[in-house]
Amino acid sequence: MDKMLNIALPKGRLGEKVYALFAAAGFECPSIMENNRKLIFENEAAGVRYFWVKPSDVAIYVERGAADIGVAGKDILLEYEPDIYELMDMGLGKCRMAVAAKKDFVDDTTLPLRVATKFCRVAAAHYLSKGREIDIIHLNGSIEIAPILGLSDVIVDIVETGTTLKENDLEVVETVFPISARLVAGKSAYKFKTEQIDKLVERLKEIVK
Amino acid sequence: MKDLQQRLGGLYDSYGYRRYRMNKFEQYDLYARNKDFLLSEQVITFTDTNGRLMALKPDVTLSIIKNGRDGEGVQKVYYNEKVYRPAAGGVFREIDQMGLECIGSTDAYAVSEVIFLAAQSLGEISPESVLVLSHLGVVEAVLAECALSADARAAVLHALAEKNGHEIAALCPERAEVLGLLATLYGSPAQVREKLSPLLSGAARTALRELEEVLSTFEGTAVEKMLRLDFSVAVGAKYYGGIAFEGFVEGIPERVLSGGCYDPLMRKMGRSSRGMGFALYLDLLGRLSPAETVGEETLILYPEGMSLAAIHQRAEQERAAGKRVSVLPLGTPTDGFAEIITLE
Repeated sequence: MDKMLNIALPKGRLGEKVYALFAAAGFECPSIMENNRKLIFENEAAGVRYFWVKPSDVAIYVERGAADIGVAGKDILLEYEPDIYELMDMGLGKCRMAVAAKKDFVDDTTLPLRVATKFCRVAAAHYLSKGREIDIIHLNGSIEIAPILGLSDVIVDIVETGTTLKENDLEVVETVFPISARLVAGKSAYKFKTEQIDKLVERLKEIVK
Repeated sequence: MKDLQQRLGGLYDSYGYRRYRMNKFEQYDLYARNKDFLLSEQVITFTDTNGRLMALKPDVTLSIIKNGRDGEGVQKVYYNEKVYRPAAGGVFREIDQMGLECIGSTDAYAVSEVIFLAAQSLGEISPESVLVLSHLGVVEAVLAECALSADARAAVLHALAEKNGHEIAALCPERAEVLGLLATLYGSPAQVREKLSPLLSGAARTALRELEEVLSTFEGTAVEKMLRLDFSVAVGAKYYGGIAFEGFVEGIPERVLSGGCYDPLMRKMGRSSRGMGFALYLDLLGRLSPAETVGEETLILYPEGMSLAAIHQRAEQERAAGKRVSVLPLGTPTDGFAEIITLE
């Protein structure tokens, strides 16, 4: 059995904050913060192996067993619905999934609502629960300009401070759900590395408190 | 793989299970009416020469239940069949699946025998395996004590399935403690029982006792060490009632075995008998075996006009020395060969 705990971290600012929590919990791996292009780092003494992956891919690595645990945003988990366990709210990366529109937008309910989004499944589920007919426009980035250019009526996207929306004359119409970083574990990995994972979660919970 | 299938067949046979063989095709209607039971709703269909819509079977259990008759005692069958389902990635594949069904008047002993065979099946695959059990009656009884809307209930079940203890408290504050425990508990039957029992009463406690009675069969045996309790198993599965279980092998990210008591499915299919069984997903086991390695190969190159008998003789000489030999004309690319012999 590979005795190391394989941990997928999301590349970027959030991943660095997450790593800091892991290190504070006693699972440090100092080489990870060196300025190089390596992607895999291990500390045999602490029993951990970290790797940086694209944030939206963390859940795939965990679901497929390449990582035992990982940290992914709730937005990704709700959009892709991976078959994994969600063991903890890390309390980091707090933001929200929201519906936003131009300031003067009025919803004409006689027409399907045109919704531009990266999160098609989330958007579809949200409007299904409201019984609102929609036309989903799947975009991959710069979602905020869609209503400005008349491509869509509203957008469903992640909102942090709301500054980007404000600067583009958009405003939040409603919050869909709150988002934060979550610790996830593979179902099989949890069965065979239970003590290691439980110990890590317990220590992280003490830090996050 | 064939060796494993033979060993498992022998094991099931020794417990009185007879081999059930079925057609490749079933009427699509059987699967359309029981989509909730299937691992995937996508089924390969075609119209046969009589104009009926048929399917390449994605499952075996439904056929066994459909073709059985109540009142004929206990029916114990096992199968080793190919089924057709989309694999991860969405592409249809032909998949080897083994399993067994025990249908009829199943009592606690019969249930324990099926669980034992599930554990033994996992043991045949790998010593590093666990059988994880639940009793859906515990979850149902606790949920019945909460006043939950349909949406809230679905959210609680989803959180339980994910072992998401931190979201459950907000969804059902009045039973937050016990639901939080049900979500997060995982361990040996004794460990889980110690923490959970004091918080249960009524129907939930009765269900847990039923599970304990069945598992008492294995106290002090090697199988006991393989058993874990986890109430995230089969949460929300409409066709299971009572004991349900999943099997995991170290190194394989998904469950390789799933089963349980499926009395609700029997009723839905118009059968009055009880039923239980399990399926083993053999397609997931491929990566457990070391990859076949291709040995080193010797290449013999021969010039144009050389005697065929002489070429053959030389090649046989090299093969007699235990080598893998390819024979090709001079001028052929020689990449990838460990040894090159050029004949003159």
